[in-house]
Amino acid sequence: MKRAMEFFDRHAALLFPLPALLAIVLLIVGPVLANLVISMYGWSIGRAPAFIGLDNFVEALTSRRFWNGVRNTLYFTGLAVPIQLVLGMGIAVLFHRNFPGKGFVRTIMLLPMVATPVAIALIWALMFDPSLGVLNYFLESLGLPRSLWVADSSIVIPSLVMVDVWQWTPMVALILLAALQGVPQEYYEAAEIDGASGLQAFRHITLPSVYGAIIVALILRSIDALKTFDLIYVITGGGPGTASETLNVYAFRAGFEFFRAGYAASLLIFLLFLVLGIAIFLNLLRTRSR
Amino acid sequence: MSRAPSEHEMPTQARMDLRAARARRARVAKRIGVFVAIALVLVIMLFPFYWMILTSLRTQVDNTSPVPVWFFQPTLENYRNVIAENNFLRFTWNSFVIAALSTGIGLVLGLPAAYSIARYKQNGLALAILVARLTPYITYLVPWYIAFRALGLIDTFLALTMTHLIVGMPLIIWIMISFFEEVPIELEQAAYVDGASKLGTFLRIVLPLSMPGVVAASILAFIFSWNQFLFSLVLSGPNTKPVPVAVFNFISYGSIDFGGLGAAAVLITLPVIVLTLLIQRYIVSGLTMGAVKG
Repeated sequence: MKRAMEFFDRHAALLFPLPALLAIVLLIVGPVLANLVISMYGWSIGRAPAFIGLDNFVEALTSRRFWNGVRNTLYFTGLAVPIQLVLGMGIAVLFHRNFPGKGFVRTIMLLPMVATPVAIALIWALMFDPSLGVLNYFLESLGLPRSLWVADSSIVIPSLVMVDVWQWTPMVALILLAALQGVPQEYYEAAEIDGASGLQAFRHITLPSVYGAIIVALILRSIDALKTFDLIYVITGGGPGTASETLNVYAFRAGFEFFRAGYAASLLIFLLFLVLGIAIFLNLLRTRSR
Repeated sequence: MSRAPSEHEMPTQARMDLRAARARRARVAKRIGVFVAIALVLVIMLFPFYWMILTSLRTQVDNTSPVPVWFFQPTLENYRNVIAENNFLRFTWNSFVIAALSTGIGLVLGLPAAYSIARYKQNGLALAILVARLTPYITYLVPWYIAFRALGLIDTFLALTMTHLIVGMPLIIWIMISFFEEVPIELEQAAYVDGASKLGTFLRIVLPLSMPGVVAASILAFIFSWNQFLFSLVLSGPNTKPVPVAVFNFISYGSIDFGGLGAAAVLITLPVIVLTLLIQRYIVSGLTMGAVKG
């Protein structure tokens, strides 16, 4: 027992993280590498796989459905994230003051991001319903025309973005609110003495001070928006047709609805490169601006 | 405000009063504007939850009325139906078992790893966990499915617990690194001088001091496993189906029972909200992988 302890102490830096490392290799690294292999096979789940080299990648790159998925993924992310940053900034500035019930309000802000995504998606699906949904009732009350929302292939992605914005803007706001708390109040007092307007103070004090936090929020939200699955799959299943089929949803369908494991694996490699590429690009943005 | 006005630009008393009144009115208007804006944000954030609860308490007739019914006699019928007819308790139990097991194993594996990263500055390992956070979950799913199928592990708690570990363990590690970094190293050195082993020091000194972090990390890992949909959708079956998949299937088959859907949505979300209230300080820090301190 004593000798075992001595052995452990000598190698503590390796033995402490070893179990977690093994789990990571087995459950994360292994599957990612396995995907590289699987992607080179024509592999229908349940049948014998056949080696076909890069055929899956060629098929993806020449298929319209793949490019439709790429377009939808970028459209969804490119629309959702900027809206979340702008609204999140507005909410952060709005809530960065003392008012009664501030603690309570901050608690409320956590609810959209922790609530079970499937439940959230289902409730929004009910609200989107073209004939019975409450959203159309609101539109009519405001004197606006009814909308088909997610049933209309031309606005299905903006509609889904609306849900994503509802769900994740509070997180962006909380990140920026934490950053705002680090800005010394004296800066604003000095600006006021020098006669700066509120807008000028925002541009020259608030924005530069929370720039780092904005980039962090941008990176985190972009990565997660590119990977959005639950929301889209539950509300539209990628439809109508393939109008809201992102790369993620397309890969899922290829793998688990059409059971083409090899092809799905090749799609996932593209998705992985897309996410990593954008993450690295955004991170460069951060380090270069320092 | 900055300088005293010189004599000739000093306004008369009347003009000063007027200006003060105008400034006061502007301040009041601004305060009202801010209040209205805050209220509006809150209403938008809460409305879907409010609608979820209303839907769960209305009859099917009221729920399918073309004009929303805002006032009605609430009924618990939907909850009774969901619980009685849909095996809801069984699905809840499945969710609980998977979340509890994956959180427990996540703690056993993750706590020593987090301690090690904090104590021995193993930044490479920390980076590896961050990359795991970047990778789309679905990337793991195709190989897992093939492997679990070959091993006959589809629809077993073992497979679901292992996969949910990927959700919880990185969260636990990431949150605990900063907690362990705050434990004074002098305490550990004192323990070594007294002849304690490194493992003993970790278990008997460092861990008890970091209990608040362990609780927060466990609850967060539990919530994320509870909410997990994708892995369960593919790898669960009649024996292990957790609530999110059950509720999703609920709409896929047959006509939509709005009230039942609302009741099910409330029932899945309720435990999450209760747990969130307990650890609200750590939610954002967990969701941002420590990029924002709670």
